Amino acid sequence: MNPLQERYGQEIEAVLAKYPSDQKRSAVMPLLYIAQREHGHITREQLGQVGDILGISSTDVASIVGFYTLYHDAPGGKYRLQVCNDLPCALRGADKFFDDLCSRLDVQPGGTTADGLVTVEGVMCLAACHRAPMFQVQSHTEITYYEDQTVDKAVQLVDSWRQVNGK
Amino acid sequence: MNEILLRHREIQNLDQFPIYRQNKGFETFKHAVTAMNPAEVIDVVKASGLRGRGGAGFSTGMKWSFIDNKNWPHYVVVNADESEPGTFKDREIMESNPFQFLEGVMLCAYAVGANSAYIYLRGEFWQLAAELDKHIEYLEREGFLGDKLFGGEYGLRLYTHLGAGAYICGEETAMLESLEGKLGQPRLRPPFPPTFGLYSKPTIVNNVETLANVPLILERGADWFRSFGTEKSPGNKVFSLCGNVEKPGNYELSLGTTFRELIFTHGGGIPRRRKIKAIMPAGASSSLIVADDKALDTPMDYENVPSVGAQLGSASIIVIDDSVSMDWLINKTVHFFKHESCGKCTPCREGTYWMQHLTERIHHGQAKWDDVILLQDVATGIKGKCLCALGDFSTEAVVSSIQRFRSDFEAVAAGAPTPVAVRAEQVSPK
Repeated sequence: MNPLQERYGQEIEAVLAKYPSDQKRSAVMPLLYIAQREHGHITREQLGQVGDILGISSTDVASIVGFYTLYHDAPGGKYRLQVCNDLPCALRGADKFFDDLCSRLDVQPGGTTADGLVTVEGVMCLAACHRAPMFQVQSHTEITYYEDQTVDKAVQLVDSWRQVNGK
Repeated sequence: MNEILLRHREIQNLDQFPIYRQNKGFETFKHAVTAMNPAEVIDVVKASGLRGRGGAGFSTGMKWSFIDNKNWPHYVVVNADESEPGTFKDREIMESNPFQFLEGVMLCAYAVGANSAYIYLRGEFWQLAAELDKHIEYLEREGFLGDKLFGGEYGLRLYTHLGAGAYICGEETAMLESLEGKLGQPRLRPPFPPTFGLYSKPTIVNNVETLANVPLILERGADWFRSFGTEKSPGNKVFSLCGNVEKPGNYELSLGTTFRELIFTHGGGIPRRRKIKAIMPAGASSSLIVADDKALDTPMDYENVPSVGAQLGSASIIVIDDSVSMDWLINKTVHFFKHESCGKCTPCREGTYWMQHLTERIHHGQAKWDDVILLQDVATGIKGKCLCALGDFSTEAVVSSIQRFRSDFEAVAAGAPTPVAVRAEQVSPK
């Protein structure tokens, strides 16, 4: 039994039960979400652990991590603040929102704040075009939408994280 | 409005199981499983003329009838990957009218003889998937899902499956690959999913909105459904309206409603006293329509939108005002498709890369007119040469905007033909 199974055994069994017993590989994406809860990104060791459970190579697992944008193979901020700046959001001011937010937080797009807490990224459409500017926050464990945003509101949110995390 | 799909706007708390039950919820499913055979269910859906709401507009009943009954087991996979820029309708249906959606999935599964159905949601809909899981558990406790339903032989299980941020997984065969735990890359077709789908087994893939129509079609009949919409496009559609418009949002309207009514009557028109310049009726995958009177008076249905040079697609209507220059706009859409190209087919993988270089250069005023011609050329090199439609989609806005809004490009490209010459050779919408 590897560390992932020790820690999340029951949950992993429940995931595997969703798919036919000869199609375990289908569970690779849900298992990666479980693994990512640990550190906010997938480590090399975890690639092997997920592969072991499913009977596939760690290279196969790594290809999945590389293909899908919600999995990360390198550490980032505890909070990944992902601003949609696709066409519909941009027509409602998302480009300016994103630029202004980056300056207020003193980060480059894709970069992490000096305290290591927040990574600010531009992302593709999040199906919230009517409530732009908007962003989602991906933490280790969940994804939350923040819609109809202003830079002030977003900065307040970041400040509240800083308080909670003693930064 | 809101008669079929967005009924939660009329009926309070329709997302609560008891309220949905009070509104005849799951009676249709129970009736189908206990008193109808699967072929009869398919016949009603066929007679309703329901067409797929994910974009292609294919007859839903016809698709179901293609299921290969010589090969078992069968699967249903629901496309809840809603990722087209400008589209946010499935999210509202699943959030606020979840039981009607689930009942539609269950009716589809019964009709095609599937005992398992997977709902593939984009990873960002994490909370929504958790809510659906709770509803599914509840339905199992209440005896609407599980083995030997209503004392008969038929059994059904529903499962949610989260994607992880890849637009391409909205393409049905890429979705099946992804659900099998592989890279989300499309398959060569034929064979199509009704004969060769999930785990190589016959599979029906339908969009959320398509299936949400089914319970009321079965409850009230095909003729009732055909009393909405047009002859060739029956029913209502949820139009996602966004961009430069006063009141963006979802609007459930009859298919065949004009662009003008949606944008100006329901959507409140264009903000800041700007004028409407263009419309993208199918999200970022759309050609750009010149928003003249003819276009505004065109009915939004599958058969009429092509007459103004675009497709209805998923009916995500992006409104563009006259402050927007098309060189900026296509730079945005090309960035999107370049990012989302799965990399499998060379014309799309390389073509979107080069288109991005060109649109960047053009938008930043560093291009010559030759670059605009080259951009058209690269787009032509992609179109029709890939396994799935993503490659084609990446070219629609590019080609149509250069044809129909040529002066925007002349304004930013050095060495552009003089305006007089342009007028003479201006191309009308194809």
